[in-house]
Amino acid sequence: MTSLPRPHVIDRLGVLLSLAGAAALVFLPFVVLKANRIMPGDVRSVSEVLPLWATLSFGVILILVAATAIGIADARVRLVVALAGVAVVALAIAAAGNALTPPGNKVVRVSPGTGFWVLLIALGLMATDAITRLRPGPGMRVLFLVLFAAVAGAALAHGMFDNLSIMREYAVNAGRFAREARQHVFLAVGSLAAAVVVALPVGVLCHRVPRIRAGTLGTLNLIQTIPSIALFGILMVPLGALAAAVPWAAEFGIRGIGTAPAMVALFLYSLLPVVANTVVGLGRVSPATVEAARGMGLTSRQILTDIELILAFPVILTGIRIVLVQNIGLVTVAALIGGGGFGTFVFQGIGQTAIDLVLLGAIPTVALAFSSAVLLDALVDVMNRARQ
Amino acid sequence: MIRIETLTKQYGPLTVVDSVSMSIERGSITVIVGTSGSGKSTLLRMINRLVEPTSGRVLIDNNDTATEPAHLLRRRIGYVIQGNGLFPHRTVAENIATVPTLLGWDGARISARVDELLRIFQLDPAEFAAKFPHQLSGGQQQRVGVARALAAEPAVLLMDEPFGALDPIIRSKAQDDLLDIQRRFGTTVVLVTHDMDEAFRLGARVAVMSQGRVLQYDRPAVLLTRPADPFVSRLTGTTDRAMKLLSLTTAGEVAEPGAAEGPTVAATASLREVLSDLLWSGAQVATVLNADGTPAGRVTMAGILAHGRNS
Repeated sequence: MTSLPRPHVIDRLGVLLSLAGAAALVFLPFVVLKANRIMPGDVRSVSEVLPLWATLSFGVILILVAATAIGIADARVRLVVALAGVAVVALAIAAAGNALTPPGNKVVRVSPGTGFWVLLIALGLMATDAITRLRPGPGMRVLFLVLFAAVAGAALAHGMFDNLSIMREYAVNAGRFAREARQHVFLAVGSLAAAVVVALPVGVLCHRVPRIRAGTLGTLNLIQTIPSIALFGILMVPLGALAAAVPWAAEFGIRGIGTAPAMVALFLYSLLPVVANTVVGLGRVSPATVEAARGMGLTSRQILTDIELILAFPVILTGIRIVLVQNIGLVTVAALIGGGGFGTFVFQGIGQTAIDLVLLGAIPTVALAFSSAVLLDALVDVMNRARQ
Repeated sequence: MIRIETLTKQYGPLTVVDSVSMSIERGSITVIVGTSGSGKSTLLRMINRLVEPTSGRVLIDNNDTATEPAHLLRRRIGYVIQGNGLFPHRTVAENIATVPTLLGWDGARISARVDELLRIFQLDPAEFAAKFPHQLSGGQQQRVGVARALAAEPAVLLMDEPFGALDPIIRSKAQDDLLDIQRRFGTTVVLVTHDMDEAFRLGARVAVMSQGRVLQYDRPAVLLTRPADPFVSRLTGTTDRAMKLLSLTTAGEVAEPGAAEGPTVAATASLREVLSDLLWSGAQVATVLNADGTPAGRVTMAGILAHGRNS
C-alpha cells in the first residue's frame, strides 16, 4: 500500500512565490551600503555580508521554505514554515546591518535592498495565504495579530535592527515619531468619530424619508470623487477666511492649514460609507419586525434604538471599518497641508531623497491600517455570528 | 366589548375603509374576511391605532381609544402578524417578555409568565427559552409570536393573517391551539383572513368585507343560509355549502339519546366528519363519545342530513 505512488499536487502560488524569492536573491541587492544617508549606495548580496556558515544555513532554510510552499498542502505547516522564513530573513538583515556598520559609526547607512523586500513580501504572502486557508475564527485572527505585533515589538525593543537605516532615522526622530503617531491616530479616529456622530442621524433620516436619499447619497458620492489633495487644498480657502474673520476661530486652532482642514476633509470623506451603510443596514431590517414592534407598543425611539439600529449595527460597523482604514491612509496626505501624522516623514523623505525616512512614515501607516482592518473585521464577524 | 362607530380611512381620494360600524362581543373570536384590498387589515389596524382613522371612533369597554397615547393603548392589546415579526436578535424568552418589560413588571413575575406561556404552547422552557427565533421551525415561531402577544394578559388580541405563512397541517394545529387558548383565557380575538374555511372554523361571528364596506356580519351559519349579498355567497362558495354548514356543528351538540351502535366519533368532531365516517363505513348510526370516553349519545344519518338542509 505505502509503495503506491501518491499523486503529488504542486501548489501554483508556491511555485510563483518561490520563483520570485529566488530571483530576488540572485538578481536583486539584499542590502545597500551608503557612506551617509543621501549618498548613492553599494549593493551587497547575502554571501558578501554573512559568514560562510550563515550564508549556507540561510540558503538551505529558504530552499526548505520553497519546497514547503510548492509541495506541502497542510496550511498549518505552511504557516509555521513561512513565519520561520520571515524570522530567518529578519535575522539575516539584522546581522547584515551589524556586520556592515563599523563600531561607533553613526553616519554609515545600511538599508534593506529590493531583494530583501521582495523576499519578505513573498514570505508574507505565503503566510497570509496559509492563514486564509486555515479559516481562523475572529478570536484566532486577533490572537495572530497580537502575537505577531508582540514578536515584532520585542525585536525592535531589543535593538537587533538598530544598525539598519530605518531605525537610524527613527533614533534621530524618536521624539517626533511619537508625536506624529499620536497625531496620525487622532486625525484618523477623531474624524471618524465626528463622522459617525453626524452620519448616523443622516442615515436614519435617509432611511425614513426616501425622497432625500438619492440627493444626499449623490452629494456624498461627489465628495468622494474629489481627489484628496484637491479637497485639502479647497478647504484651505474657506477655513483661512474663517480664521481671518472670526478671532475666536483662530484661537480654537482653526486655520487654513494644519489640523483643521485635515480634520474637515477626512470627516467629509468618512460620511459616505457610514451614511450608505446605515441606510443599507436599516433597509435590511425586516418590515414585519418593525411592524410587530410598533404593534406591541414600543415608541418610535425604542424601535430605532432597541430594534432597528441594533439589527443594522453589523452593516454600520462594516462602514466604520472601511472609513478607518481609508482614513489611516488618507491622513498621510494631510501632511502636505501641515496636518501632521506619519505623512510628515514620507514627504520630508521625498524632499530629501532619503528613502529610509519615507519608509519610516510608510511602514507604520501600513501596519496601523492592517491592524485596524483585522480588528474591525473580527468585530464584524463576532456581531454577525451572534445574530444571523 | 369593542364598538366600532362609522370608522373611515381615506388615503387621498381613495377610501380604504368606508364608514364601518360593528360591535365585537367580549370573549369570542370575530373574524374579518375579505379579498386583498378589501380594507380588512386597515380596519383591524385602526383598532390599535397602527392606522389613525380619518373619521369615526373605536371604543373598548366604552372608552374611546383616541383618548390615550397610541403606544400605551397598544401595550394593552395583543397583536400578531403574518410571519410573526419576532425580534431576531432576542431570545424566545426575551421576545415573549417584550410587553411585560415595557409595562415594568418585576423580573420574577416576567420569568414566571414566560415559563407559563411556553408550557401552554407546548414549548419546554428549558429547551426553548434561550433559543433565538432562527433556531425554531415555522410553527414554533408562530406559537412564540402568539405567546408574545398574550404575555401581558391583554383582554383583546388582534391577529392579521396569523397563519398565512404556515403549511396546511401546521396551520390546522395552530387554529386548534388558538381555539383552546381563547377558551382558556376568555380573550376577545379579532382575526383577519382571506381564507373562508379558516373564518368559518374559528369565527363565532364573521364579517365579510369588500371595497371598504362590511357586507354582512353574522354567525357563519347565517352567512351560508341567508347571504345578504351576491358577493357573500360567491365568497362562501355555493358548490359545497351544505358540507360547510355541517362542518359548523359538532356531534356533541346534536347527539340524541339512544343505544350505542355503529362507529364511534368524538363529541368535538363536526357533522361533516361524522357524515364522512358513516359513508365510509356504510353505517346509518354513529356513537358519540365524550373526551373521557363516556358515551354522549348517538347521531343518525337522517339527523345529519337534516342539519345540512337549508332551513
